[in-house]
Amino acid sequence: MAEFLQIEGVSKSFGPFQAVRDVTLSVAQGEIFSLLGGSGCGKTTLLRMLAGFEEPTSGRIFLDGRDMAGVPPWSRPVHMMFQSYALFPHMTVEANIGYGLKHETLSKTQRAERVREMLDLVQLTPFAARKPHQISGGQRQRVALARALARQPKLLLLDEPLAALDKKLREHTQFELMSIQARTGVTFIVVTHDQEEAMTLSDRIAVMDRGQVQQIGSPTEIYEYPVNRFVASFIGSITSFEAEVMARDGGALRLKVPAFGGEVTTKDANFAPGSKVTLALRPEKLVITKERPSGNAVQGVVKDLAYFGKDSLYRITLASGALVQAHAVNQHRGTETQRVADWDDQVWLSFDPAAAIVLGA
Amino acid sequence: MRRRPTFLLSVLAFGFAFFYVPILSMVVYSFNASRLATVWGGFSTKWYGALFANKQVGEALLLSLKIAVVSSTIATILGTLAGIALVRFTKFRGRTLFSGLVTAPLIMPEVITGVSALIFFLLLASWIGWPVQRGFTTITLAHITFSMVFVTTIVQARLLQSDRAIEEAAMDLGSRPWQVLWDITLPVISPAILSGWLLAFTISLDDVVITSFTTGPGSTTLPLLIWSKVKLGVTPDINALATLMVLCVGIGVIIAGVVMNRAEARRLADERLAYRSQA
Ligand SMILES: Nc1ncnc2c1ncn2[C@@H]1O[C@H](COP(=O)(O)OP(=O)(O)OP(=O)(O)O)[C@@H](O)[C@H]1O
Ligand SMILES: [Mg+2]
Repeated sequence: MAEFLQIEGVSKSFGPFQAVRDVTLSVAQGEIFSLLGGSGCGKTTLLRMLAGFEEPTSGRIFLDGRDMAGVPPWSRPVHMMFQSYALFPHMTVEANIGYGLKHETLSKTQRAERVREMLDLVQLTPFAARKPHQISGGQRQRVALARALARQPKLLLLDEPLAALDKKLREHTQFELMSIQARTGVTFIVVTHDQEEAMTLSDRIAVMDRGQVQQIGSPTEIYEYPVNRFVASFIGSITSFEAEVMARDGGALRLKVPAFGGEVTTKDANFAPGSKVTLALRPEKLVITKERPSGNAVQGVVKDLAYFGKDSLYRITLASGALVQAHAVNQHRGTETQRVADWDDQVWLSFDPAAAIVLGA
Repeated sequence: MRRRPTFLLSVLAFGFAFFYVPILSMVVYSFNASRLATVWGGFSTKWYGALFANKQVGEALLLSLKIAVVSSTIATILGTLAGIALVRFTKFRGRTLFSGLVTAPLIMPEVITGVSALIFFLLLASWIGWPVQRGFTTITLAHITFSMVFVTTIVQARLLQSDRAIEEAAMDLGSRPWQVLWDITLPVISPAILSGWLLAFTISLDDVVITSFTTGPGSTTLPLLIWSKVKLGVTPDINALATLMVLCVGIGVIIAGVVMNRAEARRLADERLAYRSQA
């Protein structure tokens, strides 16, 4: 069976500038799919092509097997929730939600029923008669969602749906969005530049940079197995080192890391001996000890320490001068003396061979 | 060291006096019992009585109002459409030329506009035999052409600062462009359209220059009547008429101010309501 949404080699240029370059991806029915990337990387442009506001310069888009080329926005079974919500300021909440329904062959009572259902879904029934400027930001966001869902689209596009909300409300709304998606079964494509949001919400994520898709995968795949340095550093934090492959033995690689002044063993990837690579380490994969452990280890001095409550971030300077970040969970309750290490302590950093990420240089 | 800005204050006082003293003296002298406009002869309201008894004034006022209503309404419709076309359809041929053409009449001297309208009507009359006589229709047409650009400018400014996304949202929800125009664009910019209409109305109501070029026998608007009467010497009934006009304008300004204050107060109350009921 063909995929529900298929984007094949889609590019979009504005004059000489290529905003989206050769994007190919497919989305399954009922999935929450995120487009994640920095500002200006072409996320909104891609979404606008799906909604029909922009025509691709090249490439094709299929929805449910139907070629979308030349189909105007008003006849696509796709609805969009705008970054600015774009509520109609002169209409009540109720009228906003019901607006799209006038294009359907529904009786008056059916229409009212649908609006009521939607108000219920987003818990806005008491606010039905208010105008958009009479409700709060979070409520506006829910009106926008209800309005986009009212016509029961096959595909819902959400452009930074939570960007305008404060942190607390955002976390709450994330789960609300997920539960609404689960209840309605509509396929969601969510644009975001917030990696945590993408990780929480999505079944799969496409990471974009300068108009190109860098990697598509589940949150775990993207976090644990990034395919290049951009993805590795965009999702979560990372410390990376130049390295050279010395030997390859089955699944294991021997890497010479000049910054460590020695060699380490890793398990990733298939690079030939002699090739230049990047060794990338996530702070939480590093273990800090006072004694020298066996396996991959390197010595350094605690330069800086930030206490976050549940964990602490250490910045450790190696003998070569390189700076490494490491997280340690604060397992023991107590004062400074209970910490793994303190300022200016000599410590050992170690990591499991399977925990290191090896990327092309 | 601080100095009082004496110079600035006196300039300001002089400026205000220059503007308001003539109006004030006009109002005072409209209650003058004397025939002579410049000699005070005691208090009287007889000139107001004379004014209301004067059929000529009534007819001129009616004609002025008729022209103002018709021309400002048509100018508003055309001006609004032109404004929307200029802002929303950014890629039609000759757009730059067209937008230049729209703003040119704003800075064109009225005499030029008036003369050219007159010449145009004369040419038309010799080509197609119309207009046989200048009057209501020609004045109205001339007023439409030059007040339309004010409406266009106001509508354009309003549209430029309105969020394009709400129109796209309506389109996304299934409305075709003309439906979006009717359901969303026009209601959202309606305050700008209304103020455009008001501006066109006032411009038409008090125009002398263009009207005098495009009028014909028997079609005397109120400003033309005042103008022609003043040429024969200022009489107290002119003072009375002008005072009434000042009164009308004053009341209009006060009503507009009150309405705007109310709207602002309501908006603030609404905002407080929104934050109190935050879910
Ligand atoms: N209509 C347009 N004309 C010219 N350039 C455009 C147009 N729309 C977008 N661009 C350019 O295309 C690039 C991608 O824009 P887009 O809005 O898709 O970014 P984005 O990923 O949504 O960014 P953000 O996270 O800031 O919203 C930007 O560099 C932008 O300047
Ligand atoms: Mg965007």
